[in-house]
Amino acid sequence: MSLFEARNVSKQFGSFKALDNVSISVPEQCIYGLLGPNGAGKTTLIRIINQITGPDAGELFLNGEKLMPDDVLSIGYLPEERGLYRKMKVGEQALYFAQLKGLSKAEAMRRLKYWFKKLDMVDWWGKKVEELSKGMQQKVQFITTILHEPKLIIFDEPFTGFDPVNANTIKNEILFLRDRGATIIFSTHNMGSVEELCDNITLIDKGKTILEGSVDEIRRNWAANEYDMVFNGDVKIEGNGQYQILKQDFDDGISSIRLKTTATIGTNEILNNLMKSGTIVSFNPALPSMNEIFIRVVESKN
Amino acid sequence: MNKVSVIIKREYVTRVRKKSFIIMTLLAPVFMASMVVLPTLLMLNKDKQFKKIAVVGEGAVIFKNAITNTKDAEYVYLDNADMNDLKKNFQQAGYYGILYISPEVSTTPNAIQLFSKNQPPIDLLEHIEGSLEKEIERQKLLGYNIKDLDEILKTIRTKVSVQTIKIDDSGKATETSTGIAMAVAYIGGFLMYMLVFMFGAQVMRGVIEEKTSRVVEVIVSSVKPVQLMMGKIVGIALVGLTQFLIWIFLTAAIVGVVKTTVLKKSNVAEVSQMIPKSVMADNQLQQATGTTSANKPAEVNPQLAEVSKMFDNAMNQDWLLIITSFIFYFITGYLLYASIFAAIGSAVDNETETQQFMLPVTIPIILGLFVAMGTMQNPESSISFWFSMIPLTSPIVMMARIPFGVPYWQIAVSMVIMLITFLAFVWMAAKVYRTGILMYGKKSSWKEIWKWLTYRG
Repeated sequence: MSLFEARNVSKQFGSFKALDNVSISVPEQCIYGLLGPNGAGKTTLIRIINQITGPDAGELFLNGEKLMPDDVLSIGYLPEERGLYRKMKVGEQALYFAQLKGLSKAEAMRRLKYWFKKLDMVDWWGKKVEELSKGMQQKVQFITTILHEPKLIIFDEPFTGFDPVNANTIKNEILFLRDRGATIIFSTHNMGSVEELCDNITLIDKGKTILEGSVDEIRRNWAANEYDMVFNGDVKIEGNGQYQILKQDFDDGISSIRLKTTATIGTNEILNNLMKSGTIVSFNPALPSMNEIFIRVVESKN
Repeated sequence: MNKVSVIIKREYVTRVRKKSFIIMTLLAPVFMASMVVLPTLLMLNKDKQFKKIAVVGEGAVIFKNAITNTKDAEYVYLDNADMNDLKKNFQQAGYYGILYISPEVSTTPNAIQLFSKNQPPIDLLEHIEGSLEKEIERQKLLGYNIKDLDEILKTIRTKVSVQTIKIDDSGKATETSTGIAMAVAYIGGFLMYMLVFMFGAQVMRGVIEEKTSRVVEVIVSSVKPVQLMMGKIVGIALVGLTQFLIWIFLTAAIVGVVKTTVLKKSNVAEVSQMIPKSVMADNQLQQATGTTSANKPAEVNPQLAEVSKMFDNAMNQDWLLIITSFIFYFITGYLLYASIFAAIGSAVDNETETQQFMLPVTIPIILGLFVAMGTMQNPESSISFWFSMIPLTSPIVMMARIPFGVPYWQIAVSMVIMLITFLAFVWMAAKVYRTGILMYGKKSSWKEIWKWLTYRG
């Protein structure tokens, strides 16, 4: 059952059509990626889900029921741009937002203490937001987003501005939240994170859906008979009529090779041919990266 | 807990804790009190320098001894003085100044001149003028050869002081004071103006801050835009009320302390004697203190009695009506203008863009203030009437009219109009606010705002 559904959502600003008949279906406890170039309409859709603006057409459903104003209490939202009162202290501000989401002051304090300790932020409690770096501010805002334990959490570009260590922390927290029962939608340009985290995605461009489905399925569909092989030692392969070598290199004692076969040849035949060349360590279909798919899909539409 | 009250609490607490608030709250009463107290202190602490004035001129002989010596000045009549010499030497001779009286003094007002190095104090001038006026009058009367002139003069000199008594519909009579009425009107109108402006502007700035820092997007994912707008408006209203209450309390305390410690020594009559005639525009006040500067400081007790009567009259104003009206008009007037300010704040991306909107909003307020000033001179005029009905100006103008007495039905009508209008404005402002806070980069103009007003959202 899908936790969240948007059906045929359209939104226009003046003469500019931001969303044109977009539908998404997010299964429960799924990590859903909302992808697209800049200006595609991702943020507009996110604002509509958060009931910050309303759609011109279309319907939204949470848990099978029409989306209601009070549903904001079960939804968490981390916007792309930092949205914090600069001159307000961190702890006080986190409490304020928690109360606006319906938590009692006592409960909010309890949970804040837990999270501040977990993410190593205890020292920041009394500091003003403007005293923190961008990455620190984002961490603070991350906490305010999830404090009320929402069932649906929406992140708009959550990895921008984070160093690799903090980005990794956020990634782990997203997985942790999912394991605790939350469903997560996040929009991003960072395809690496999409491969690591997302189960399903929708790719939007110019307000229209141009690709959707599970990540594995999409990658397999776009896989064009390419394979990755790893040999022990320095092994050089030459292409022939059955396959061509796309790239190969030798590093750290092993050789990695990517080859593309003609459609007709089977994998066993390839293995048979290549076993003679050296000791095979691994042989895998080479799924194109989401990055490549993204570029190919968007460019083909233009 | 109700979300709007959470917002109100935050808006209130963050502003009341600011250093700027605390400083303003404590400093302003000191400033205001000193404006009241300092001039009085200055006059008390007058220049103790004893002044010797040389009285010369062909006309001086007529006025020999007409100008009496006072505590601070002695008038020395010099016959046959050489003006040129005297002008060069008078200081060395120990004179503060030279009073020259020419013979045409009764026909030409400019026939009297006072030469001195420094600008002479006003009370000195008035003493001279008053003394000479009385003497000229006396001499002219003498010319008519009326028998027993001095006796007659003493008896005909009567002091007229009109006692103003208001009669309400039930025939009950209360003594009032026009001066007090004017003071209340002035303070009420001005207070309203300051409050609406200062705190309305704070609302606008808060809205802009939330818009530029993008906080508004986060908040609006938790509450409806109108809840944020109203929470902010009400919270800031409470800040304003707090500040004004503290101000009133502190100012009264400071003035009270100063009055009892510093002014205890001198009596009230002496103080008022030094306030020059030209400053005392209000006749009533002069009557109450019972002096003009030419009077000798002899009748002290009747004057003190007049002053206490003045305070009694102040208490006879219909304070219940004044205070409840003030609260009503402050609430509705502030809410009306604050919601306009919130709408403007939501339409711009930074504070400089607000300039083009400020003028049309400021005009009704300033207009109201001007009409209010005019009302004090002419409370019954039709301009005052109409402007106390028009909702944009009625808070200021009606508050200026009430101390002079306004029929209850007029107040009721004005209040109803105000109520309906402010509700309409808040509703419109909420619509503009809801759209404006998420719009960035749109060129702000009245046309744009109109579009948002009609936008379904």
